[in-house]
Amino acid sequence: MTHRIATIFAQEFRLARRNHWVLLATLILTLFALALGFFGAGQGAGLKADVLTLTSASLATLSVYLIPLIALLMSYDAFAGEIERGALGLTFATPVRRWEVFAGKLLAQVVAVAVAVSLSFMLAGAALATAFGTSPEGLSAWARLVVSAVGLGAVFVAVGLMLSAFAARTARAAAAAIGTWLILVVLYDLALLGGIMASGDGAFATRVFPWLVVANPADAFRLYNLAALDAAPVAGIDGLARTLPFPPETGLAAIALWLMAALALGIYRTKRIVP
Amino acid sequence: MTDPVLSLSSVSLAYGRTRAVEAASFEVAPGERLALLGHNGAGKSTLFKAILGFMPLAGGTIRVSGHAPGTDAARRAINYLPEVVTFPRSLTGREVLRYFTGLRGEPRRQIADLLERVGLSDAADRAVGTYSKGMRQRLGLAQALIGAPRLLLLDEPTSGLDPVSRHDFYGVIAEAAGRGSAVLLSSHGLDEIEHRTDRVAILSQGRMRAIGTLDALAREANLPTRLRVTAREGAADGLQAEYGGRRFNGCRLDIDCTADAKLDLVARLGAEAGRVTDLQMSPPTLGDVYLHFSNLDAEALQ
Repeated sequence: MTHRIATIFAQEFRLARRNHWVLLATLILTLFALALGFFGAGQGAGLKADVLTLTSASLATLSVYLIPLIALLMSYDAFAGEIERGALGLTFATPVRRWEVFAGKLLAQVVAVAVAVSLSFMLAGAALATAFGTSPEGLSAWARLVVSAVGLGAVFVAVGLMLSAFAARTARAAAAAIGTWLILVVLYDLALLGGIMASGDGAFATRVFPWLVVANPADAFRLYNLAALDAAPVAGIDGLARTLPFPPETGLAAIALWLMAALALGIYRTKRIVP
Repeated sequence: MTDPVLSLSSVSLAYGRTRAVEAASFEVAPGERLALLGHNGAGKSTLFKAILGFMPLAGGTIRVSGHAPGTDAARRAINYLPEVVTFPRSLTGREVLRYFTGLRGEPRRQIADLLERVGLSDAADRAVGTYSKGMRQRLGLAQALIGAPRLLLLDEPTSGLDPVSRHDFYGVIAEAAGRGSAVLLSSHGLDEIEHRTDRVAILSQGRMRAIGTLDALAREANLPTRLRVTAREGAADGLQAEYGGRRFNGCRLDIDCTADAKLDLVARLGAEAGRVTDLQMSPPTLGDVYLHFSNLDAEALQ
C-alpha cells in the first residue's frame, strides 16, 4: 500500500516540479509577501504593531484569493486530463487501489503547495524580520499564517482533485475549478455582506452570520488569522473577528473538516470512474 | 490441457439500456495468441473494459486465472495496453516504467531489459514528449511486459504504426507468448494479423460470429475462388455460354468456383488455347473471409 502511494506521489510531485508549478507559485507568493511587507511597513509606527504582525494580516487577506487559485490550477487536470488521454485506465489496470491513487495525488500536490507557501513566506518573513526587527507576537502571527495557509492550500487541492474526478473532461474540470473559486472566494463574501446589511444588528448578525463565515474555508482561514491579532486594522466582514462567539481555532477546524469532506467525496467518486 | 488464463462464458455488456456485447464466449490458453477482430464499435474495447473489471457485466461470467475481473489476483495477472495512451510528456521513458513497476510491486532492475526488448534503450532518458508515435507505442508495450504477464491485453496495439514498427511489435508479442503469456489483442482487419496469431475471433455488432484458426475459418466460409479469364477477340460470348460466370468488358470473364471444382475447371480452361489468352486465379482473401463472417447475420436476417 505505502509503496504504491509512494509511487503515485513520486510521479505526481515530479510532474508538479517539471511543470514549474512549485517554482512559479513560490515566486508569486514571495513577491507579494515582500511587496505587502515593505510597502505596508510605513504604517507600523502609528499602529504600535510590528511589521510582521501587520504584514501577516494583509498577507492573509491576499492569500485568500491567491492560494486557492494556485491550488485549483495545480489540481484541476489531475484526473480529468488522464481520463481524456487514456492514462488513467492504465493506472487502474494495475493492482493499485482507487483510493491510493487519489491519496497519492493529493499528498503530492499538497506537498507542492506546502513547499511553495512555506518557502516563500519564510523567505519573505526572514527578509522583513531582518529589515524591521520582530517581536514574539509578530513571529507567532507569522507562524499561524504559514500553517493555516498550507491548510487552505490543501483544502483547495482536495477540492480541485475531487472536481477533476467528477468532471472527467479537462474543459469541464477547468470550468468547475474557476466557478468554485469565484463562489467560495468572491461571491460568498458578497452575499454575506449583503445579508448583514439587510439584517442590521438582529439575530442574524450575532448568531447565524459568524457560523456562515467560518463555514467557508477561505473565510475560515482569514478569520483564524485576523481574530488572533489585536493590533491589526480590520474592516468589513473581518471586523467580525472582534466579536466571535467561538475561539479562532474554529477556523482551523473548519479547514480540516473541508479537507476531510473533499477527500471522502473525491475517493467516493474515484472508485466509480470508468476510465 | 492447461487451464485457460482467460475465459468468457456468455458475457453480455450494456451501456445503460444499449447492449454493447451479447453472449460472447471464448477462452485463451497460456502461450496462445487470440486476435479479436471487429469493426469500429463492434464492442472490442467494451469487452476489454469488462475483462479489466472497469464495468459490470449484464450477464455471464469472466474469469482471469480463475478470478473475477477487478480483483487483486485478476489485476496482477493482466497487463494492459490501451488503444490510445499518452504518457506525461515531461517524464522520461525510464520514469514511466518506474511508475508502473512501482504500482505492480515489481523490482526496478528489469526496466533496462524491458527498454532493450522494445528497442528504446537509447531513448530511455529522453522526455516522452520527444518520442515518435511508434516509440510511444513501444513504451506502452514495454509497460505491458512488466513482470511475467499471464495475460497480455492489447487494444488495437498497432493502429497507426508503419509496417516496420508493426513487424517489430508483433515480434515482441510473439516472444512474450513464447514465454507463456496468453495474448488477447484486438484489430481492425485480418490481413494484419495473418501468421501473427494462433486463433481469430470475429466480433460484429456485439456478437461473436466465428472463432478458430484462420485456415479453419477460411474452410468454414467456403468462399469461391475466382477465375478471371481473358478471352480472344469474339470468343467471350461462347466461353460465357459454356462456363457461366460474369462478363466484364469485351474480353474478360469472371467465373466463381468452389475449392473442389477448381482444379478441374482450370484444366479445362487451360486446354482452351484457341479461345483463352490468359487465366488469373484469385483465392478468397482474408478480407473476404472477415466480411463473410461479419455480415453473416445481417444477410440471414434479410
